[in-house]
Amino acid sequence: MMEIVLTITAVILSLAAAGAIVRIAIGPSLLDRVLASDVLLAIIGAALCIDMAVNRHLNNLMLLVALSIIGFIGSVTVARFVADRREQPNES
Amino acid sequence: MNPEPSAVDTIVDAVSAVFMVVGALMSLGAAIGLLRFPDLMSRMHAATKPQVLGLFLLLASVGLQLRTWWVWPVLFVAWIFQVLTVPVSAHMVGRAGYRTKHLHKELLTTDELEAVVLKAADKKAAAKRAADEDDGPA
Repeated sequence: MMEIVLTITAVILSLAAAGAIVRIAIGPSLLDRVLASDVLLAIIGAALCIDMAVNRHLNNLMLLVALSIIGFIGSVTVARFVADRREQPNES
Repeated sequence: MNPEPSAVDTIVDAVSAVFMVVGALMSLGAAIGLLRFPDLMSRMHAATKPQVLGLFLLLASVGLQLRTWWVWPVLFVAWIFQVLTVPVSAHMVGRAGYRTKHLHKELLTTDELEAVVLKAADKKAAAKRAADEDDGPA
């Protein structure tokens, strides 16, 4: 049963990562890209969790805790220093 | 792990399988929301799904699969730090998005921040005028 679950979740997470990457590529403003990269990080954390649960090991656990502690620093830093360089407001 | 799975084992396996699939679907929902919502604020609303509920479901499935008690506090720490840090980054991104006008005003029902921002801008303008007068005639 675990093999079926692994296949299903791998397909779902691949689609989700593709969506986040598309938003990073097209996303009209810098903040959209930061938000999408945050989602991509969460998807990678989800993949680490599923790997641990299916294969029944704990090798990724400390990586996951570290991700959840310091993963927000990137988006906070970018949001702190972002500036508006557009000619027209509301073009996004 | 027992060599022959008992009924409890099967139930726990099924529950954790459901948790894994639903947790992965949260990530897919966030990605669809990122692609389809019109502006930064609504995309931010969608983006927190995999980080809070999705991570909770997946960590619970890890704990159920390993069948030991000592992993639950570590998983709890991972989830608590996620819940503590996601609002910080969402707040900073939302604040920067408001200040740089990455939002559609017509989609908001109320805007409680506008008065505060206007007041702060007035104060800044007054301070600048006072500074200019100090420089000017003297």
